[in-house]
Amino acid sequence: MNLTLKVWRQRGPSDAGHFEAYDAPGITEDMSFLEMLDVVNEQLIHSGREAIAFDHDCREGICGSCGMVINGKPHGPKKLTTTCQLHMRNFRDGDSITVEPWRAAAFPVVKDLVVDRRPFDAIIQAGGWITAPTGGAQDANLTPIPKAVADQAFDAAACIGCGACVAACPNGAAQLFTSAKAAHLNLLPQGQPERWSRVTAMVDRMEEYFGSCTNYGECQQACPKGISIDFIAMMNRDYLKAQFKDRKRLVGASDLAGDGAG
Amino acid sequence: MSSMPGRAGAGPVAPVHQKGPRRFWIQQFYGSALGKKAVMALTGIIGLGFVFMHMAGNLKIYTGENADGVKHIDEYGEWLRTLLEPAVPHTGTLWLLRGILIIAVLLHIHAAITLSMINRRARPTGYKGGRTYGLGGTYVARSMRITGILVAAFIVFHLFDLTWGPANPDFERGQVFHNVTSSLDRWWVAGIYIVGNLALGLHLWHGVWSLFQSLGLNNPRFNTWRRGLAWGFTVLVVGANLTFPIAILSGAV
Repeated sequence: MNLTLKVWRQRGPSDAGHFEAYDAPGITEDMSFLEMLDVVNEQLIHSGREAIAFDHDCREGICGSCGMVINGKPHGPKKLTTTCQLHMRNFRDGDSITVEPWRAAAFPVVKDLVVDRRPFDAIIQAGGWITAPTGGAQDANLTPIPKAVADQAFDAAACIGCGACVAACPNGAAQLFTSAKAAHLNLLPQGQPERWSRVTAMVDRMEEYFGSCTNYGECQQACPKGISIDFIAMMNRDYLKAQFKDRKRLVGASDLAGDGAG
Repeated sequence: MSSMPGRAGAGPVAPVHQKGPRRFWIQQFYGSALGKKAVMALTGIIGLGFVFMHMAGNLKIYTGENADGVKHIDEYGEWLRTLLEPAVPHTGTLWLLRGILIIAVLLHIHAAITLSMINRRARPTGYKGGRTYGLGGTYVARSMRITGILVAAFIVFHLFDLTWGPANPDFERGQVFHNVTSSLDRWWVAGIYIVGNLALGLHLWHGVWSLFQSLGLNNPRFNTWRRGLAWGFTVLVVGANLTFPIAILSGAV
């Protein structure tokens, strides 16, 4: 396959950035999108130019490192597929492909296609954990959890934190990520003690950096793990309930979280 | 601003929404974007109640007049002023309802504007290479601001036309049937009513579905009903409202 790439090049956070066109000849359809970029980078290096910077790690669709907007869609044209798992057989010989980084105020561009996703870490720090003491492994089935609940919690826990939801959202909102991270704990018995303070702290932290949800549903279309906006509704419900459950903030996680939003 | 976990060579990420120190819980709640969305949903429900009752009341245009020769809709208009009399003074209940409605509309607009400003800050640059959106419904959802402004402008015209009268040369206070028929007989006024109601329809179609999400009234078992409810409510209210200008223009009323 011979392709033409239009790639966003940006030297650093303060650089304005621009698109550059590259030829990508000799691509096989079994290559992943990242392997195709590797081939293009080899050419660039051989011709003395700087390689295209992009995040990647596991290259098997579970780490959440890779991610770029390919032809106007986060992670490209194939549903439920991360960029590293997107194979070139999804494109045709002679195609022109536009590649650009996630766009959101919370995800400033570090270089080329690499963005800074630390606000996601800040949301996790605010409440994406439990404080149960973890000693030796307990007996299996000591804590009964209905199968349906376990399945739902697992669906939420499938979030790899890639940021495609934020990239897809016209408001730059992180509701899908935050709700998945809150729900996978809030559905399970281990998450109950801190349920109300967790949702409050995580939402408050999220709102510092991200936009608000207008129920477009673009995030669930873009999510490579198929996470449903039903989790966003669950987060909204828990946040509303928390207004009444945690009024005295006896276990205010936003205080426990250290640096404090207030 | 909270501290950012470390990443070599990267500066701080600027927040888009600064929250002040802790306040009374309802201020704190409305200060959050999720709280504002809940307020939008609740005030939207008040608006839904109003447009439904308004539509149902207007249907009396078609039911004729009573034994004294007073049009049913004029009778209904007068009845609204006398609601719960003598326990409350004349027009007391009407003004209470109007007060709730005015507060709801103002809150709805305030929340919409402040949320839009946050969202604009959260997404300062769009996709330079273009962005392909996935859903058909997204276009209706993304036009909520435009349809909202159109509906608000239409309501202002509607008040000048049929509540206060300056937009209608034949206006006579209290003569509802006469005012409606004389005003909507002008083709351009009928046009404004049709456009205003179509904008209302788009706004309702997303709003009715969306409010369940904002309030967390979501259950995978019943989610398919939400779209149906949005369709049904929109078609009922807008469909009935559209018959009024059409019936008057065509001379059926």
